[in-house]
Amino acid sequence: MLSMLNRMRSSGVLGLNRRNGDYIMKLNRRRFFPLVDDKVLCKQKLQQTGLPVPELISIASYMQQASHLEELLGDSNEFVIKPAHGSGGDGILVIKDRKSDYFVDTDGQMVKRADLAHHLTNVIGGLYSLGGQPDVAMIESLVHFDPAFAGLTYHGVPDIRVIVYRGYPVMAMTRLPTRESHGKANLHQGAIGVGVDLGSGVSVGGVSGNNLVTEHPDTGLLIAGLKIPHWSRIVSMAARCFEAVELGYLGVDIVIDRDLGPLILELNARPGLNIQIANRRGLCSRLNAVDQLESLHENPDQRVEWSCRTFGNLPADLLNQVPL
Amino acid sequence: MTRNRQWIVLSLLLVALGSLIIAYKVVRLGYPTMPDQTSDEWMVQARLEIQAMEGPVLASLLLPVRSTGFTVSNENFISRGFGLTIEEEFFRRQADWAIRNLSETRALYYRATVIADTRNTRFANTPEIPPIPQLEEPWASALTDFVADVKAESADVESFASEVLERLDENSEDATVELFRADMDSPRDQASLAQMLLAGAQIPALLVHGIMLQNDVQRAPIKTMLSVWNGDHWLLFDPLTGQKGRPGQFMIWWRGEEELSSISGAKLSDLQISVKRRLASSLELAGKRTDLKDSLIGRISLIYLPVQTQSVYEVLLLVPFGILVIVVLRNFIGLSSFGTFAPVLIALSFRETELLKGILLFMFIVSLGLIFRFYLERLRLLLVPRLAAVVTIVVLLMTMISMVSHQIGAETGLSVSLFPMVIISMVIERMSIVWEERGAATSIREGLGSLLMAALAYLVISMEFLVYWVTVFPEINLVVLGVIVALGRYTGFRLTEFLRFRQLAAGDKP
Repeated sequence: MLSMLNRMRSSGVLGLNRRNGDYIMKLNRRRFFPLVDDKVLCKQKLQQTGLPVPELISIASYMQQASHLEELLGDSNEFVIKPAHGSGGDGILVIKDRKSDYFVDTDGQMVKRADLAHHLTNVIGGLYSLGGQPDVAMIESLVHFDPAFAGLTYHGVPDIRVIVYRGYPVMAMTRLPTRESHGKANLHQGAIGVGVDLGSGVSVGGVSGNNLVTEHPDTGLLIAGLKIPHWSRIVSMAARCFEAVELGYLGVDIVIDRDLGPLILELNARPGLNIQIANRRGLCSRLNAVDQLESLHENPDQRVEWSCRTFGNLPADLLNQVPL
Repeated sequence: MTRNRQWIVLSLLLVALGSLIIAYKVVRLGYPTMPDQTSDEWMVQARLEIQAMEGPVLASLLLPVRSTGFTVSNENFISRGFGLTIEEEFFRRQADWAIRNLSETRALYYRATVIADTRNTRFANTPEIPPIPQLEEPWASALTDFVADVKAESADVESFASEVLERLDENSEDATVELFRADMDSPRDQASLAQMLLAGAQIPALLVHGIMLQNDVQRAPIKTMLSVWNGDHWLLFDPLTGQKGRPGQFMIWWRGEEELSSISGAKLSDLQISVKRRLASSLELAGKRTDLKDSLIGRISLIYLPVQTQSVYEVLLLVPFGILVIVVLRNFIGLSSFGTFAPVLIALSFRETELLKGILLFMFIVSLGLIFRFYLERLRLLLVPRLAAVVTIVVLLMTMISMVSHQIGAETGLSVSLFPMVIISMVIERMSIVWEERGAATSIREGLGSLLMAALAYLVISMEFLVYWVTVFPEINLVVLGVIVALGRYTGFRLTEFLRFRQLAAGDKP
């Protein structure tokens, strides 16, 4: 047991208690929390800072609006319904197609108009919000994912999670939806987490739940060695989020749209710790490296440059596989 | 830096303050640290059943008088329709019930709360020297011989009395005793005989009657002892064994030749004395026994609250301990549950139902509730009305369980009403959502996890000495608060994280 503890310590794994006590409570001030917990506010703030986000179609704040779908949806045939205060991906409904009297979700299942309206009322009623307070439902345009991910996802949009510590990107992973996760990119719902090398944007290996995986369970494609497009923009966008919301310990979720490029999906003030398993390394040493800087860089580009230089470390065997 | 250290100071201060108050109460005010048996409180009840006859009825009952061993701290009479007067003299108290007309069989009750009192108290006046009994022959000379005989073998009053009782023993073949024992058939007669023999030596003796205090005795037998005056104080002897001294649980009720109860105008068809130990009264005892009212800390005590309020606080004061368990389970072990402190509330309700039955009832209600909840989902009710419907269903289920279990005579079912119904409804709601979003396995696992946490919290808060401690030393919660503050700064790994990150720990990466 004691040797186990020592190995955990020396591997630099960040535990939940330490994340909460030493990082989130110290660096994420309570008054900035609403900025990320309310996805509508967050979207506005990011837009003001000049960061790209998926387009907001409409907001439903009253139960009555659920019965007037036409007004809410306009002429969109593809959209995503999200609770503005949701957490962990709960309550997200992705619609891919719209027929005359029903909708089609990412699994190809039929969703009746009444089902959709009921889902909206659940969201507005606060079923998915923290603490059960009444919420608003956001209707967002659907992201068309980049073909680079074509073989690595099952009915959903893979996203990229970057942990930004005091403005410095310190670790990244991409999350691949699976059949088990019903097209959602949340790890605890069954999506695969894949560690990504910060310097190059190349994937290094995956994890499903708490177990290591090498290939996608639904498509059979190898997970390691994939180069994520637009990587330098992605890291740079993530670093700039620090200026937007002033949270010292931040999770930035980014999706890549076929036409629009990387878009910031949402920010998270309490990002999970599985990114460490996906990358097969602990966060502590990287957080310490940032803390030991004599002075923090004001300029986001300098921070990105420093991070990629310091934390970029692509294994040699993958280097050969990747067309650079 | 000072800010980072504040929690240590605060935590230590709280622990020190709590411990100091407890130490003061134990050392200076003499609060017992353990709920010990001998300082318990006893409920003694005498029940007189009287059968009506002609004319006015007068029933009297001798009442316990304070004496060495036990003291009546509170008493009351239940005697509807009867006039009640209490006669008090030195070392004698008597209750008289009177009624002009009695047409039916009635029961009269006397109830007393009795507490241990170790101070030495005389239980009768300094007696007169008794005259030598005037007997006919052959008893007169037998008595003279007997006294002379015993005197030769004894040194003082004490050894004289012992010797007399020894000779009275059934197996003895003393011819004189045989002569006297002819019309003797009860321990009381034996004591009377001893009294008479002692009078032959002009030693004052007195019959003392009482009961043995034992828990849950429906019909306590009257025990008669012999009390002998040695010129300075009274000595007690067991007339049957000759043993000296008061047996530990013997409560002296009355003394002398009288009967416990006498009645005129009616027939006493039954006289029953029952004894019951009252638990969890140590708190009151501490207050009654000492003169705490002079001490500020002694005065700030639950003792002075009304009894019902006391039992509410007994439960409330246990909550921090339950919460401490949850803190450990969540932040050190890494378990999670539906609702942060819901397991504590469930654990509190287990106090009424007992653990196993409580768990079964909980699972039963939650399972049925889930079935209804899945049906409600299909009706597409809005959130708040749906929750309200689930609460209503839970209430109906509880009522049903109570009624059914009452019919089949199971008492546990009745206590189900103490289950926190809103908490249960929220557990049902959360479980059904997790069921749909993350599958039945996850949902059931988390549900059982909550139940496990509740069971562990229950095991802690049901410890008898803990219940005693929170009621007698409510300030122990300051210590708990200090511990919680200290635990709140624990930023090390949780036990489950060793499993979660085992791949990382196994690797040899820097």
